[in-house]
This record gives sequence, structure tokens and C-alpha cells, in this order.
Amino acid sequence: MSNDNPTDRNPCSYTLGGIEQGAPCCIPVPHIQVQDLAVSYHGKTVLQGVSLDINKGCITALIGPSGCGKTSFLFSLNRLNDLIPGSRVQGSIRMDGAEVTAPDCDVMALRRKVGMIFQKPNPFPLSIRRNIEMPLREHGVRQRGELDARVERALRDVGLWEEVKDRLDSSALALSGGQQQRLCIARALALEPSILLMDEPCSALDPIASAVVEELIRSLCNRYTVVIVTHNLAQARRVANYAAFFWMTERVGRLIEFGRCQSLFDHPSHDLTAAYIFGTSG
Amino acid sequence: MRKHGDALLTAAVWLATALVVGAFLWLLGDVVIHGIGKLDAAFLLDAPQNAGRDGGIAPILVSTLLILVVALAVAVPLGLATAVYLSEYAAAQLAKPLRVCLNMLAGVPSIVFGLFGNALFCVALGMGFSIWSGGLTLACMMLPLFIVTTESGLSAVSSEWRRGAAALGLSRAAALWHILLPAAAPAITAGLMLSIGRALAETAALIFTSGYVDRMPESLSDSGRALSVHIYDLSMNVSGGDAAAYGSALVLIVLILAINSVAVNLTERFLQARTTA
Repeated sequence: MSNDNPTDRNPCSYTLGGIEQGAPCCIPVPHIQVQDLAVSYHGKTVLQGVSLDINKGCITALIGPSGCGKTSFLFSLNRLNDLIPGSRVQGSIRMDGAEVTAPDCDVMALRRKVGMIFQKPNPFPLSIRRNIEMPLREHGVRQRGELDARVERALRDVGLWEEVKDRLDSSALALSGGQQQRLCIARALALEPSILLMDEPCSALDPIASAVVEELIRSLCNRYTVVIVTHNLAQARRVANYAAFFWMTERVGRLIEFGRCQSLFDHPSHDLTAAYIFGTSG
Repeated sequence: MRKHGDALLTAAVWLATALVVGAFLWLLGDVVIHGIGKLDAAFLLDAPQNAGRDGGIAPILVSTLLILVVALAVAVPLGLATAVYLSEYAAAQLAKPLRVCLNMLAGVPSIVFGLFGNALFCVALGMGFSIWSGGLTLACMMLPLFIVTTESGLSAVSSEWRRGAAALGLSRAAALWHILLPAAAPAITAGLMLSIGRALAETAALIFTSGYVDRMPESLSDSGRALSVHIYDLSMNVSGGDAAAYGSALVLIVLILAINSVAVNLTERFLQARTTA
């Protein structure tokens, strides 16, 4: 595993050959510190020995073949693994100084701080407005004025406001796939999280919608700490500052290499990484 | 050859449908034709006379509605809570055998429920032949049916919404109230309609529990005759009671339609209206 020293290179200056430059700049201050993380389901280990620091305001892409534990890793960051019967998370995840895996962790508060976007857009069967408003109300925002302001701000942040401002009270399920996914991002942003987890957010979208969502994700850089699982390597290069490569060895997912996106893609230090990104394996 | 097969299939499907619809229309027509003459305000507002041959069915209507209200008031909250427990909380190892039990209970003949209700409510709990006993026995009969349909509706709700709600830091209660129950509303409505239908059609279980006294009940501890029991009594035990039996049957059919539409309306107002799907 190679862990680039973030100070040795100006993060703003890199370009990736032929592909547009990744989201510019971010501060190499650890926001999520993962130590020796292991995840198992019904006693079967699916992910083991993962240690890495995810930096504040950066976009970190998790890449690797299916079944190598990327989503399990992502789900353990907001304790969504709790929903899966028989799941067990060991190791340490520190976030803003608090231990996420501790039994006394306030999971509701954690999930408010750590937003999550899923592969398939999952707007609730409510109106566009209520999709954003309902979670806000549940988290104690009750004033009409503030609710309206937050709904508008969230929708503007994801570039959906102009498209839906005249039909806020119609069903969110009538939106197109790309719009639904942006609504889901808006719904998460309205809770003012500091971290956003994304599980292949573009893979269920058509190429045009996917490009819009991707652009949106790039715009989140420097404002949110983003961890994104993607199978699209070109997308990882375009949006991410850091990349983590997962691979399955002996039927257990492991983190093989972690570093700056550019160096990982251009000069992978591990043979497995090289084989995967140059397309000879995986 | 293939073309003939298709035509045959189409004909068979049409024929089967026509048979079923025809039989139903015949039954309905028979009841309407023979019963409509009996139907007037006096029939609905008067007490039965001469063992039901003359007079009306007012006390019987009141008893029927009271029994139904008791049954629904007990079965709906209990059933909803159990369905939520089974689909959202129970571990699979527990939920599976419970589901099997419920399906078996839903198929138990009503006479068995009647004897059970008689032994438990009338005798052991000392309620005697009363509207309480009848309503509670009906609640026992409705519960398996209502739980099974409601639970299957909840289980069919996309788990993506469940995960989405959890990822937004919503409590389980909030997810249930705002998303899962409204999304399952059509199934809950269906369960409610099946339950009401079963309750209003029930005869055997009620003879043993709420009895067949045809006086106006003065309280829920009084015995009361349900419409279905009244119809049974008139057609089996009272010679010359056919006209009144037909009239009562027509009232029962109209009552089921009316109550079902109220039930549909209520679930729509309280649950479905909150979704836009």
C-alpha cells in the first residue's frame, strides 16, 4: 500500500493525460481516519485491514471490481451496515474526533452529518418539496420560512431549482432519473452534512444525466468531503483528488493502494492496481 | 395450428370469465329482485315481529354495526402493529414460522373460531352471549387475514426507501409514518376490505358468541343478532320468512359496499394522501 505524502506535490497542478483535470485543490487535513477496519456478514469476512485517511474537502474515489468490499466500506462510514442482519464492523473510524464504531455513537446525528447517495435514485413517493422538507422537519426544522429557504437553497445547489420551481408540489417520482438523483443529493445537502458518501451515483443514469451529476459532484469539492464508489475509471480520474483501489485476495476485500488520483492512475505502485487500471485484470 | 390454439385459449378465457361473472350476477339479481319489494324505511327502522316474518331489522342492523365496530377497533390497531413488527423488526427465523401460523389461522373454519370465542370470551372471561364476545371473536378471525395482507404490502415496499430514510438519519417511526405505511396503503385497504367482508358474512362464529336475541341491544354486554345470523334463521328456521330473508340479504350487500367505500376513503385520506405516487 502506498500512501502519498500530500505535502510533496501541489495538489492543484496536476493534469491527467487527455482527460480533463480533476476537481481543483483540497486541503490535506484528515476528516475521516480509518484504522484496521474489517467488515463481516454472518461471520464471513468481506473486508479486512483497511486503514486510510480521507481528507477534508476532497473527493476520494473508491475503485475496484464488484464484490471487493467498496460498498461495505462506504456503508460502515455512516453505520448503514447496522441495517444488514448479521453484519459486524471491527476497527476504528474516527470522524471529527468521535468514534463512529462506538456503541454509544448517536447514529441519527451521524447520518445527518454524513449524507448518502445510492446507486439507484431513491426519492420518496412524496412531492418534490416534501422529499426535502420531511427529513428537515424530523431533524427539528419547523419554521415555514426556514424550510422554504432550505428547500430552495438545496435545489439551487444541485441545479434543479429552475427546472422544478413551478412544480414543487408534484410527485418526485415523475422526475427523470438524473433529476431524481439530483433531488436525492439536494435532500442530503439540505441537512447540511459535512461528508457525502456516494455509491455509484451515476451508474443507473443515461450518459447525459450522468455528465450533469458528475459536474455537480465536482462542484462539491472543497465544500464537502466526498467519498464516491465508482466503476467508471474515467469518471474517477475526472472527479477525484484521491483514489483508493480495492481488490479481493483470498476471498477477502482489501485496500491495495491509496494515493493521489493522478499518481495512482499514472504510476500505480502495485502490480494489481496497474493490471486493473490498464485493463488486463478485473 | 398455433392460430387455432390461440383462438381456443381466448375462447376459454372468455367463457370462464362469463361463467364467473354470470353466476355472480345471477346471485345478485336474485337477491335484488326478491328483496327490493321488502325494502322500505319501515323495514330499516322497525323491530322484527312474528319471528322476523314481519316488521323490520332495526335492532339487527344496530347489533351488526356494534359487533363490527368492536371487531375493527380491536383488530386494526393490533393487526397493524403486528404487521409492522413482522416486516420491520422480527428476525427472519422468527417471522417465518409466525407467517406460517398466521396463514394457517386465516384458513381455520369459522365454526372453530366460534367455539374458541365461546369458550374464551363467553365462559372463561364471563362475558356471556354479548356483542363484546361476538366482536372479539370476529377480531380473532380478522387478525390473521388483516396481518397477512398488510405485512405483504409492507414487505413489498422498496427497501431502497428504507435505506434512504435511514441514511437521512430518520427514526424508524418516522420512516414508517411518512413513507412505509403510506406506500403500503393499498394493501392495508385490501386487508381491511377482506376483513370487513369476512366479519359481515360471518354466521357460525356469531351464533356461539353474540347469540341470536333480536331485541335492540342496550349495551355492548347485551346479546345481539347479526344480519347474517338473522338471514340464516329466517331461511332455515322460520317458515314464510323468505321475503324478509331476501330483504335482509339485500341490506347486507348494500351495507358491505357502503362500509367498504368508507374504509377505502379513510385509508386514502389518512395514508395514501400523504404520498403522491
